[in-house]
Amino acid sequence: MLKFILKRILISVPVLIGVALVLFVLLNVVPGDPVTLMMGEHIKPNLIAMFRERMHLDDPVLIRFGRYILNALRGDFGVSYKDQREVSDLIAMAFPHTVKLTFYAVLVSWMIGIPSGIAAAVKQNTFIDRAFMGFSLMGVSLPVFWAGLLAQYVFAYKLAWLPTTGYYSFRYYIMPSVVLGWSSAGTVARLTRSNLLESLRNDFIRTARAKGLSESAVVVGHALKNALIPVVTVMALQVANLLGGAVMTESVFGIPGLGRIAVKAIADRDMPMLQGTVLFTTAIVIAGNLAADIVYAFLDPRISVEAG
Amino acid sequence: MLEIERLCTHFFTSRGVAPAVDNVTITIPPKSIVGVVGESGCGKSVTALSVLRLVSSPGRIVSGSIRLDGEELLTKSGPAMRAIRGDRISMIFQEPMTSLNPVYTVGRQVSEAITLHTNAARGEARGRTVEMFRAVGIPEPERRFKSYPHQLSGGLRQRVMIAMAMACRPEVLIADEPTTALDVTTEAQILHLMKELETAFGTSIMLITHNLGLVAEMCDYVYVMYAGRIMEQADVFELFDNALHPYTTGLLGAIPRPGGERRRLFNIEGMVPSLLDLPKGCRFSPRCGRAISRCHEEEPELRGVCRGHAVRCFLYKNESGAAR
Ligand SMILES: Nc1ncnc2c1ncn2[C@@H]1O[C@H](COP(=O)(O)OP(=O)(O)O)[C@@H](O)[C@H]1O
Ligand code: SF4
Ligand SMILES: [Mg+2]
Repeated sequence: MLKFILKRILISVPVLIGVALVLFVLLNVVPGDPVTLMMGEHIKPNLIAMFRERMHLDDPVLIRFGRYILNALRGDFGVSYKDQREVSDLIAMAFPHTVKLTFYAVLVSWMIGIPSGIAAAVKQNTFIDRAFMGFSLMGVSLPVFWAGLLAQYVFAYKLAWLPTTGYYSFRYYIMPSVVLGWSSAGTVARLTRSNLLESLRNDFIRTARAKGLSESAVVVGHALKNALIPVVTVMALQVANLLGGAVMTESVFGIPGLGRIAVKAIADRDMPMLQGTVLFTTAIVIAGNLAADIVYAFLDPRISVEAG
Repeated sequence: MLEIERLCTHFFTSRGVAPAVDNVTITIPPKSIVGVVGESGCGKSVTALSVLRLVSSPGRIVSGSIRLDGEELLTKSGPAMRAIRGDRISMIFQEPMTSLNPVYTVGRQVSEAITLHTNAARGEARGRTVEMFRAVGIPEPERRFKSYPHQLSGGLRQRVMIAMAMACRPEVLIADEPTTALDVTTEAQILHLMKELETAFGTSIMLITHNLGLVAEMCDYVYVMYAGRIMEQADVFELFDNALHPYTTGLLGAIPRPGGERRRLFNIEGMVPSLLDLPKGCRFSPRCGRAISRCHEEEPELRGVCRGHAVRCFLYKNESGAAR
């Protein structure tokens, strides 16, 4: 098992370096002089030269890339052009909000998606199947910002049950988490349904029934575990999706998370900030994938043997 | 004693109704091994699944009666039927590779059957499982308890299936081609084991196979099935000495001889007819080398030719058993 985990970690390293390289190249071909961006249009030319010097902007590209990688490995993403603060500090401040939002959203998507998928599979091709799947899939087709605004209108403005925007307590996270979680509940439901249906066609299900188990014991005890193993893997993709969705959700609900600072960095053309947030997010997505693989290996006894 | 009487199980497909089991009567007396033979697709598995009432949609038991010690099973409630499955009637399947759940240990899967049907606690069920593993000849039963199916060979998995099926000492064990997927040596061991268990536990066995050689070795009585119908039935000695139905003699001609190369399992010309498009008259007539004109017009009845021997063929008319 340990070997398997180590192997998976090693595989992720080149991926991260690749992403860093692509980012570096992309951000270096974006037009605009960083110093002008930082100091405003009317800065004096001699000051520009001074700042360029201080920021090593005139060093050869390879050296800059090497420095950037080494610094990034130590968690140093440079200083924000805009705020003049360490990018890593800004990320460290924003990240917990995003984690909280994503975590609640994953819970919501499972709480909606898994039971819907089970109900739909057990009552395959009936009204119940369609109703549950319709409800879960609705979240996929509603744009997050639109659903967010609608939710704010109904639950905050009309009914006054929940606060509109902010991040001060759990109550503030309810609407954003449901909106964001619902948006990926459909994927979870669809996957649960199709995996469960497939799982129920296995020969060992017939064995379980022949043993005398009740239908619910067969579904929950024998079919579900097999069916949910792939769902867990999709959790990784889901984290990537949710991080994407979190950008929108954070903007609508005024949560100062990673999404918000990335959007702001784009608006400000704040390159170190953007590099830092994107690279950090990539690392998180890769870590999510890794975690999913490990959970998968843990759930499925056949995996560890193959990884031997 | 298990009595299947005039059982009809049909599949209601979009292309029509397939009478997979059509008016089948089979009796499994106590302490005996009864064989059901026939080519694949002739309704053996559906008959077996009907007994446990596990035929899945679009299949449905249409009519007939299935009695265990005189108790009708077809009218039992869901929970009452579940109490019988795995406890009084159990079943093992052809595919030892896929019949066990890959994500649970084999020990857990067997003890599940024990805790379900007895009020044994976990620890006790565990002990009984290990005991059962030992009884079916699994080496190092304590260690094997914690094995996952993929860690065991096909033969061992089938032993686990047998342990699971026998765990509650059922009155009837239905073995649906239990050795088809195994190599010859393992097959012999598994058959030997089943015979031993039959003697030790007094369990009757319904042995489903397409291999008449296996029937000769194991069974007391045989039913020959074709296209959902019983074509011939007899005491095992009677059948091998005096097979009457052209289909049975065809099957007998196809038995692989020990030492000789394995021939094609069936050397009867042609294919099993589609159940959706059955031939008029005798269901075997398109493939029968001895068919007479009447065979293409009406279907013969299953009639007794001598004690315990019945055949569904126009060539045999009365109790004398003589051909026309
Ligand atoms: N799920 C199904 N849908 C439609 N027809 C089926 C289904 N399962 C079985 N049948 C029909 O029942 C017949 C008998 O099948 P089966 O009992 O499995 O044969 P075997 O004798 O090989 O065990 C098949 O030829 C097929 O026509
Ligand atoms: S009834 Fe006719 S077709 Fe059918 S088996 Fe007998 S001889 Fe052949
Ligand atoms: Mg079969």
